[in-house]
Amino acid sequence: MRDDEHDVEYAVSVRDVSKNYGDVEALKDLSLDFPRGQLTSILGPSGCGKTTLLKIIAGLLSPTSGEVEVNGKTVTGPGPDRAFVFQDFALLPWASVIRNVAFGLELRGVAKSERESIAQKYIKNVGLSGFENSFPHELSGGMRQRVGLARALSVDAQVLLMDEPFSAVDEQTRRKFQEDLLSLVQQESKTFIFVTHSIEEAVFVSDQIAILLPRPSRVSEIIKPTGIRNKGTDNIRRDPEYLDIVDRIWASLRSYVE
Amino acid sequence: MKVLGYRLPGMSSLLLWGLLWEIVGRLDVTFFIPPLSEVFQTLFSIIGTPAFVKAISETAYAFVVGVTSAIVIGVPVGILMGKSRLLDELLLPWVNIFLSAPLTALVPVLMVLFGFGMKSIIIITTLFAVWIIILNSRAGVMQINRSLVEMAHCFGASPMDAFTKIYFWAALPEILGGVRIGVIRGVKGVIIGQLLISIVGFGALFELYSANFLMGHFWAVLIVLFALAFTISEFLAYLERRVGYYASKR
Repeated sequence: MRDDEHDVEYAVSVRDVSKNYGDVEALKDLSLDFPRGQLTSILGPSGCGKTTLLKIIAGLLSPTSGEVEVNGKTVTGPGPDRAFVFQDFALLPWASVIRNVAFGLELRGVAKSERESIAQKYIKNVGLSGFENSFPHELSGGMRQRVGLARALSVDAQVLLMDEPFSAVDEQTRRKFQEDLLSLVQQESKTFIFVTHSIEEAVFVSDQIAILLPRPSRVSEIIKPTGIRNKGTDNIRRDPEYLDIVDRIWASLRSYVE
Repeated sequence: MKVLGYRLPGMSSLLLWGLLWEIVGRLDVTFFIPPLSEVFQTLFSIIGTPAFVKAISETAYAFVVGVTSAIVIGVPVGILMGKSRLLDELLLPWVNIFLSAPLTALVPVLMVLFGFGMKSIIIITTLFAVWIIILNSRAGVMQINRSLVEMAHCFGASPMDAFTKIYFWAALPEILGGVRIGVIRGVKGVIIGQLLISIVGFGALFELYSANFLMGHFWAVLIVLFALAFTISEFLAYLERRVGYYASKR
């Protein structure tokens, strides 16, 4: 299985996944592949099952039918090969920044001194040096999400699952985050799966955009904005291709927005 | 409060009430109310007497053992009820019934079951304290942020880890609130138990003093009890405030 072409190229494969909540079909026969080392966005109007799909990949929800493979292994629950970044940060409010960042390692039984030195490194990476002993309520929303990101990075999972990670921070912080995310994707050889409802954000950060349409959700289109990827963060937003893709996506989504 | 520009320390109004007590006592209105100064004199003279030391140590023992068992039983049961729908359905009606029930009425039954001694008093104390602790721990767990639970699950927390590292801490502000009220109810339990059984601790003292119309002694013991209960409750309220910083941000 190891040298199978699929396993080399795709870090995560979703095959014919359906998810029903009672009579409601949230996802129907959804298949989608996530190339290794790249960032794939899942974009769609609210209620289209983006987060459901992400939680199925995370192993937090089990699909009604179909399966998800991560590195060729079928997902049966959460695992150390995946880390999750939460929309509402999900930080322990009673724990300091460093304990929060090291919490994933703490749960894996890594010794305190070792996990704190790893946490220290990622706290520095996300630009929170000096805040190690602060508590989440003392930080701004953007800084809290940096803690959430550092926590996900410090467990060194190959796949990073991000559930609308920037939706709870202000617009300026959000732009900074998006730029940081681009360099993060380049530095770390990880596969990023990024759920968002912002078209501009998806086009700005993604190597591949999967557009989900609702009720029941399926992948309607896959867009690869390859032409704008190497133009530098300063130029992307005024690149004609960027603007074209944003327009095209809006055209296909607008009829689904209430 | 400020009087003539001076900031009065908390509870300074007690001085006024103490003065009123003293005056009423001096006026000799009723034997039932001796002057406050006399009560305090009696208080200092009986503190340290073997009868008083015995009473207070017996009460403290029953109280500590009773309340500790209420916490040790109540907190995990409450957390488990908050986590498990089945357990909740099974136990919640009983918890609610016992919470509002006049437990004093159970004391005679408990005396028959467990004898006229320390054991009954401890059980009564536990019964008074445990229900509100269960209910509050349960409420603390039920309002936990779902994504904290998912986060722990995602990063591979075992059920034990989730219990000790997430549920307990997330519910801690409510748990402490429950323990504070539980402790106050425990004070009632231990005194009511002793009064009804009335051969141990303060129950025996009360019996002795009131039967002999020693009102000074009676009030002195009462003041000690009130002060103890109030101090314990304030201490727990202080602990509660220390975790309050995250109570609204889970």
